[in-house]
Amino acid sequence: MIVELGHFALVLALAVALVQSVAPLVGAQKRWAGWMAVAEPAAMAQLLLVGFAFAALTWAFVTSDFSVRLVVLNSHTLKPMIYKISGVWGNHEGSLLLWVLILALFGACAAAFGQNLPPTLKARVLAVQGMIGAAFLAFLLYTSNPFLRVGEPPFDGQDLNPLLQDPGLAFHPPFLYLGYVGLSMAFSFAVAALIEGRVDAAWGRWVRPWTLAAWVFLTIGIALGSWWAYYELGWGGFWFWDPVENASFMPWLIAAALLHSAIVVEKREALKSWTILLAILAFGFSLIGTFIVRSGVITSVHAFANDPERGVFILLILAVFMGGALTLFAARASAMEAKGVFSTVSRESGLVLNNVLLTVACFVVFIGTIWPLVAELLWGRKLSVGAPFFNAAFTPFVVAIAAVLPLGALLPWKRAQAGRAMRPLWGALALSVALGALAFAMQTGRSALGPVGLALGAWLVFGALIDLWGRTGRGTALGRLARIGRLPRADWGRGTAHAGLGVTIFAIAGITAWQQEDIRVMREGESFMLGRYQITLKGVREVEGPNFRATTADFRVTRGGQQVAMLHPEKRVYPVAAMPTTEAAIDYGLTRDLYLVIGDPQDGGGYAVRSYIKPFANWIWGGTLLMALGGTLSLTDRRYRIAAGARRAPAAAVPAE
Amino acid sequence: MNRLALLILALTLAAPAFAVQPDEILPDPALETRAREISKDLRCLVCRNESIDDSNAQLARDLRLLVRERLVEGDSDAEVMAFVVDRYGEYVLLNPTTGGANLILWIAGPAMLAAGLGTAALYLRRRRSAPEPQPALSESERARLTEILKD
Repeated sequence: MIVELGHFALVLALAVALVQSVAPLVGAQKRWAGWMAVAEPAAMAQLLLVGFAFAALTWAFVTSDFSVRLVVLNSHTLKPMIYKISGVWGNHEGSLLLWVLILALFGACAAAFGQNLPPTLKARVLAVQGMIGAAFLAFLLYTSNPFLRVGEPPFDGQDLNPLLQDPGLAFHPPFLYLGYVGLSMAFSFAVAALIEGRVDAAWGRWVRPWTLAAWVFLTIGIALGSWWAYYELGWGGFWFWDPVENASFMPWLIAAALLHSAIVVEKREALKSWTILLAILAFGFSLIGTFIVRSGVITSVHAFANDPERGVFILLILAVFMGGALTLFAARASAMEAKGVFSTVSRESGLVLNNVLLTVACFVVFIGTIWPLVAELLWGRKLSVGAPFFNAAFTPFVVAIAAVLPLGALLPWKRAQAGRAMRPLWGALALSVALGALAFAMQTGRSALGPVGLALGAWLVFGALIDLWGRTGRGTALGRLARIGRLPRADWGRGTAHAGLGVTIFAIAGITAWQQEDIRVMREGESFMLGRYQITLKGVREVEGPNFRATTADFRVTRGGQQVAMLHPEKRVYPVAAMPTTEAAIDYGLTRDLYLVIGDPQDGGGYAVRSYIKPFANWIWGGTLLMALGGTLSLTDRRYRIAAGARRAPAAAVPAE
Repeated sequence: MNRLALLILALTLAAPAFAVQPDEILPDPALETRAREISKDLRCLVCRNESIDDSNAQLARDLRLLVRERLVEGDSDAEVMAFVVDRYGEYVLLNPTTGGANLILWIAGPAMLAAGLGTAALYLRRRRSAPEPQPALSESERARLTEILKD
């Protein structure tokens, strides 16, 4: 019964979304206040209805209702409760329902926190949001209904893919979707502004928090996915340039460009049509990502629905929304007269350079991702584009961005002198180069990757510190130190995010350049040296888990006779899903992770053992956390709290979830 | 399928748990390093976007052994690559060649960058000399904007 109600709520939501996408638009055109006012309650109703549907599906999973097809395919009575819940979105239908729920959530937030918006703009934003909602609800109901029943319910389900039964992965999709779908707000604002025919500083201020929030969520989502890959897949890789990873990375890059160019619109009223275009493209890349993941056109490790019908439907959504928005853009963009005048050396120019680098980097990822498809369609060539290509083609952009960023962040608006802006940075530059040189001297016969990464990372971190210090103005060091805590949060956000980028760049270069690996056969009681650590295999035992069986090894790691850690890597078999997985054992450390994996028993006795020292591994995710924290700080800046609705000062424009 | 059958399937499916196995490693560390580097550029054909160095599949193991065999025979890195591509086609290369239409793929990035920088430079030149246009906002709108932007 509850399941049918959930289904019914979804159908109602589709009807509401259709009304929401038409009535306010007409109202805004004709200046009929009543019609425009439909948008707000409609957005709220959509949230309630989709929320109910989602709750109904969750209920079916939690109570293991095996008369529902989706529950049979993705759940099992023995599965721990958290994975019963995360199983709701561990499949195509459920994850799409989550997507629609988040879309409705953003729509409702825009309705609730948009008091400051001019009524016509607000009505149009919500109407566009309604259209996206209607498209995806139709997609859900017509091709991927999560509420289908089965005729003869089985006694038990077929279990969730064991690789997905993991805390890191339980929360990876919701964050990614918050990011993807958050970009739909930027899109709605862009289309609404195009219909209105004007973009001003206030528009820049309204669109930026949504972009910032989406970007923060994407950052966290991507970081969670990469962290999961690191500890779960068994060899400590953290980024594979897989099409699905690229699908989330492309909107991230465009969103990063967008949140920088929106600053220029907000502060200087320049780059307007470019910002509108970016807002459209950002959501476009979200849709392309959805297409890549759910159509199975480009094979990848984690595409979960290989269904041409669904692919065609998404392609249709993509074509309608991108085609429509870009046509509107072509017709109206010339009306966006830029205002700000600025010289060639200025912060505006710095941000233009940032945008060029980020968008071209995104384009490189894009063309690499779709190239196999293009080559096969046009020339019948079956080829692959993998990590080596992306590493070669993408890295130069990272280096370029990192090299110019600290200076760009210090340039004043309108007119600047590069020499003068560079003056406080010379020390940081010298120190960074010295650090890189030191690293180069200490390592023997390896590539320049590590040292260069260290120098760039240090340059970014020092640059961010100097940026913050410079904001405190003149006076005694003590007075400036007192002032630094009272700087606007936007300043702190910028510094933190830029430093975070530096930390991540350094960590990626470090782990790639300085990793140590060892592969060998070990018998119980044997030991060997890895770097300065002695690793001893104490024993191997069989362990029974709730829904798996495991072979667990007990390793003792010592350094100079002192015990550092006991590590217990596992090899698991999930009988229901018929799948083996490896659970690496990791001793996390500030400067290195010790990473142990146990393999198969060997013919001559003993077990295959893989061990790594992964330098600065945690810094990768530490850096991304700093970036997300920086975004959040920026988001809570006073100007957004005020502009977002004075009555709800603490709630801000952020969807608090 | 009943559970017992699934259980049997699970046991037979328990494939090698990780990529490079200890028995594959060549005694000569220099050759082994070269083998690893080559393996990173070769795709495991039955996997999705994994190199044979990362893959657990049997076919990847066969390819790894083949690469090592060729290296021990004295082939250069390029010869090993050519040998594998002859057998499996260019699909096996994770790093696409620059031949033929692939040139577009390799040039696309730098070309876009040049175009982007060129457009940006033109835009900046225009911005530098553009006259400050008259505000398009009405008086009341401007008052409201200053209100909002005040802090």
